[in-house]
Amino acid sequence: MSSAAAVIIAILMLAAALAAATLQKLMHATLSFAAAFVGVAAFFFLFGAEFVGLVLVFVYIGAVAVLIVFTILLTRRDVGNDRGVNWGGAFLAVAVFGGLTLSILETQSVTIVAPHIRTLTVKRIGEALMTSYVWPLLCVGLLLTAALIGALVLVMEEKR
Amino acid sequence: MTPTLQTFLIISAALFCSGLLAVLSRRHAIFILIGIEMMLAAANLNFIAFWRFSPQPMPPTGVMIAIFSIAIAAAEAAVGLALVIAVYRHYRTTNVDHLDQLKG
Repeated sequence: MSSAAAVIIAILMLAAALAAATLQKLMHATLSFAAAFVGVAAFFFLFGAEFVGLVLVFVYIGAVAVLIVFTILLTRRDVGNDRGVNWGGAFLAVAVFGGLTLSILETQSVTIVAPHIRTLTVKRIGEALMTSYVWPLLCVGLLLTAALIGALVLVMEEKR
Repeated sequence: MTPTLQTFLIISAALFCSGLLAVLSRRHAIFILIGIEMMLAAANLNFIAFWRFSPQPMPPTGVMIAIFSIAIAAAEAAVGLALVIAVYRHYRTTNVDHLDQLKG
């Protein structure tokens, strides 16, 4: 795990995340959101969790970002009313970041370097999903079904 | 110099706080959802970082939690965006400052 790669990915990802949080145009913010998630996925690749990185790319860039774009299209008459910055919110976010950074720097037990690990193969993930995590997996399947049906019911036009 | 766990925790805290900034300072409902998704991604980054820097547990617990959390975040995004569309249909706006009636 090289330091230079981590720094470059971190700078790109945080720039994209800040752009997503502050850009005026909704569509530009959505594109920066997708770019920030490419950065997060790159971190996952750096950590050796390639499978989760790919899942992140598929779910967030392939599904959630496209869903957001469709929602922007459906609520299009309402763009451009997001003027004015809420300085209280910005101040609170900076304060939370300061507090978190201070407590992370104070904690001695997190100043460790990465141990050498076996590569995490998809086979191992699949075995864990099908043995120790089979009930959570079923529950997540049920939850996703319920959420999708709920979303459909929410947006369905009422027939009179 | 190899990066320590501390570096990644601070990076993840910065990602979390840009999500918090989007949630607290924007008035458009879709921006708020984008912010929530970024905060969830920061939590996932922490899970994976802690998994990578710990001595290897036999089922890869951090990776599992990240996978489940991504699935739940996707469900949350679908329901949230459906709510945005439903609210827009009713009020003709998605500015959360204008949504001040309990009985529309």
